[in-house]
Amino acid sequence: MSEFLSTHRADIAALLILILTGLFIWSIYYGLRRTRTLDSEQVFGDPERTLGGWFWAICGVSSLLLVWFYFSWGTARAFFPNAANEMCQVAKIDEALSPITSKLPYGDRYYKSTEVLVRNGQQLAVLEAQMPADVYSNAEQKQLFSILERNQQLLAIYSDSAQQSPSTSADLDAIHLRLTGLSEDIDAGYAGLMPTAEALAQPRWGVTDSEIPMLPVTARGVLFDNIAQQSRVIAKDFIKVRNLPDVAKVIISDVKNDIANLKEADKNYTGSEADLTSRKAYLKAVERIFKRLDDGAIFPAAAMVQINRDIIQIQNSVKGQTQGLRLVDALFLPGQGVVKSRTLCVEQGSSRWLPKPTDVVAKFARLANPNLENGGGYKGTTLFWWKWLEIADVLAFLIPDGLVDMLPGDYGIHNDDGEFVKTYKDHLLAIAQGDISLGVIPMLDGHIWDSVFRVIVAMAFGIALGVPLGIYMGVSRFFKSFFDPLIELYRPVPPLAWAPLILTIFGIQDDGKIFLLFMVAFAIMVISARTGASGTQLSKIRASHSLGATNRQIIRYVILPNALPEILTGIRIAIGVCWGTLVAAEMLAGTTGIGFIENVARTVSDYELIWVTILIMGLLGLLFDIAMRFTISVLIPWRGKG
Amino acid sequence: MTDLSCKNLSMTFTNPANGAMVEALKDINFTLKKGELLSVLGPSGCGKTTLLNMIAGFLNPTSGQLSFGDQQIQGPGVERGMVFQQGALFEWLPVSKNVDFGLRMKNLSSSDSEKLVEKWLDIVGLTGFGDTPTYQLSGGMQQRVALARCLVNDPDLILMDEPLGALDALTREKMQSLILELWKETGKTIIIITHSVEEALLLGERLFVMAPRPGRIHKEYNLPFAERGLKESLRDIKQQADFGSVREEILTMIWDMEEEIMGNV
Repeated sequence: MSEFLSTHRADIAALLILILTGLFIWSIYYGLRRTRTLDSEQVFGDPERTLGGWFWAICGVSSLLLVWFYFSWGTARAFFPNAANEMCQVAKIDEALSPITSKLPYGDRYYKSTEVLVRNGQQLAVLEAQMPADVYSNAEQKQLFSILERNQQLLAIYSDSAQQSPSTSADLDAIHLRLTGLSEDIDAGYAGLMPTAEALAQPRWGVTDSEIPMLPVTARGVLFDNIAQQSRVIAKDFIKVRNLPDVAKVIISDVKNDIANLKEADKNYTGSEADLTSRKAYLKAVERIFKRLDDGAIFPAAAMVQINRDIIQIQNSVKGQTQGLRLVDALFLPGQGVVKSRTLCVEQGSSRWLPKPTDVVAKFARLANPNLENGGGYKGTTLFWWKWLEIADVLAFLIPDGLVDMLPGDYGIHNDDGEFVKTYKDHLLAIAQGDISLGVIPMLDGHIWDSVFRVIVAMAFGIALGVPLGIYMGVSRFFKSFFDPLIELYRPVPPLAWAPLILTIFGIQDDGKIFLLFMVAFAIMVISARTGASGTQLSKIRASHSLGATNRQIIRYVILPNALPEILTGIRIAIGVCWGTLVAAEMLAGTTGIGFIENVARTVSDYELIWVTILIMGLLGLLFDIAMRFTISVLIPWRGKG
Repeated sequence: MTDLSCKNLSMTFTNPANGAMVEALKDINFTLKKGELLSVLGPSGCGKTTLLNMIAGFLNPTSGQLSFGDQQIQGPGVERGMVFQQGALFEWLPVSKNVDFGLRMKNLSSSDSEKLVEKWLDIVGLTGFGDTPTYQLSGGMQQRVALARCLVNDPDLILMDEPLGALDALTREKMQSLILELWKETGKTIIIITHSVEEALLLGERLFVMAPRPGRIHKEYNLPFAERGLKESLRDIKQQADFGSVREEILTMIWDMEEEIMGNV
């Protein structure tokens, strides 16, 4: 079933997009009609006007999903499933021709030759001005000037069409003819071409990790694939073409000799060490420029004009064959389209970091699969499942070993017979360390549960300790003044600033994160309980005194219920802050949890996984908040009515 | 004898900001016998609420004696019940739980307290409202709950701090009748603080008109209207000539005090 859904995700997306478009249009139509009738009943600014309006919610959600489908190229994949494959073939041509285009204005604004010529000409002039005259003899200086001079000559010879060797012209003409041939092949069209069986057997676009299938699955794609293969051969031949007239060859060998001689002279140099260093450095700089000029890679501008035209012609021919495809590209594939890089075709544009909705769901389904052996879960832990939990482990977590150490008496020692005699402390230590068998209980498990569990435990401790302290701070001058500085000093520190310290002290397991979250929850609970307690109306306190309540009864029956709205609001805020802190703490350290998944996904640039975690976190946060809002409305119906 | 007696009672407040002393009350002397109905009237700032808070035990006098029965008043006590202007109900509890609050604090058995609550809800006219949340009640009904909550504890002295101040005229008149009825039926000592001259005359067997700066008892009246109010309609009493003359006398007195304050400023 899931296999079927996974393979047909494009078709499912197509259906969804049609439904969403229908909903979008219908909701606008319905909404406008309702607005017309409602407007006659209420004046502008009346808060009643904002009530209801679920149809606009449908409009908003469906438009958001449609935007997601569009910018993730989900729409393109649903309705033009072969578009990316064909664009991949076009991209293959671009990639194959890139060794040629990179030397031409077509691909690089200037001729490569122009750039090399200008840059090296300037550097030769600079070198001439910077020659360290005092470390060279007059004869040597003359020789160096001559080398630089001859380098400039080389540039002039290379640039001169008249001096270009006939063999170079012949080579370039041959390339020109072959490129023209390519254009003609493209213009001839793709009638009669057939995709191979292997190509048709490829997984569809987006089904596997390789995103876009490489082999052409359409006749037009086959044509482009052929052209790309031919282009690759032509390009290989093109980069072998050299412009080395005989005059230049003579100069090159002379200069080579002169440089060798100067190097020889350096070996026998008797001057100071510093002088020798500057001689060597200067010669090296001269040689570096010469090495750039001795391979005949600079051509006269006129020689390349024809090649540039040929490339433009090829691109025009491709455009001629891809009218519809380019429209799809412009309308449905926002961004730079498909780019081929070495072994795969990748999506370039918003879809690179915005995975398609259906892919995210498929990814989530794979993670949610509790069968770890079958590729489910993530990094050896399920997403949300259950397991058997040793009761002994729970006790070991709750009872610190040190508690047993503090008890009176000694641990066991070995007696004269070499036997270990246990005392009661040894038995207690076994419990504190979880070394006993107390049976198992079913327990939730998985990344999501690990995150939720940390928040729940931290909140439980935070409420259990924070609320009583907050209440007492609300009624007692001692508690208020004694604890206020302590809490106000640590509370303003951003929780994440504590994280490195806390995680170092408590370790990267649950303890550290729970303590960090406890610190967050505790401060919020103290402050909200205190605000609620100190906000009790004086007349209520006096009334309960007159009714015979003791101080303790007043706290329990008057101040606590009076502070309940504030406390519950505090819990709602604390859960939100804890959730945010937890995810960041899990990113810092740990081996389970939603934040952990997202952090690993980040390091491997798995955008789908990142979005899955973002959506899980958003939905869980929303769930917490809805649960709290529901709790508040049930527990304190009197809120704002006292 | 559970008389309330007040000897040379004085109360001075110190402003913590500048140390200025304000004499809220000075040399108050009176005795209130069991079963008497006293109303206290006066312009704002004459210390009438301060006096009530001291009798309730919420404030300690700076000097002087304040005793109830043969006991010196020290702190709040069950024998002195208080009804506040806004009811001061516990909005998280339904009506019946508000009423039996005092009983629960005493750990009275629930069957006993249920009977008492029912009885008192019946007396104040709230039968069947036991499970209603207090925030759903009207202002008048809330004050009835506050009365019942106070009376269910069976206090000897009932202190009322402008209990009807926030009510509309019609509800107010009904509540005034209710207070008179309760006074007659229970025979409790009642002190009512009010800023309405008519109310003070109607509900006061005795009436103190207090004057400010320093707060003191300016004039004391013994009035027949409360007794009359048990038999006749309150509206008729208001029409009577002697009621009108006393009302005008007191109104003039209070107006003079107000003018004196304004002149001093």
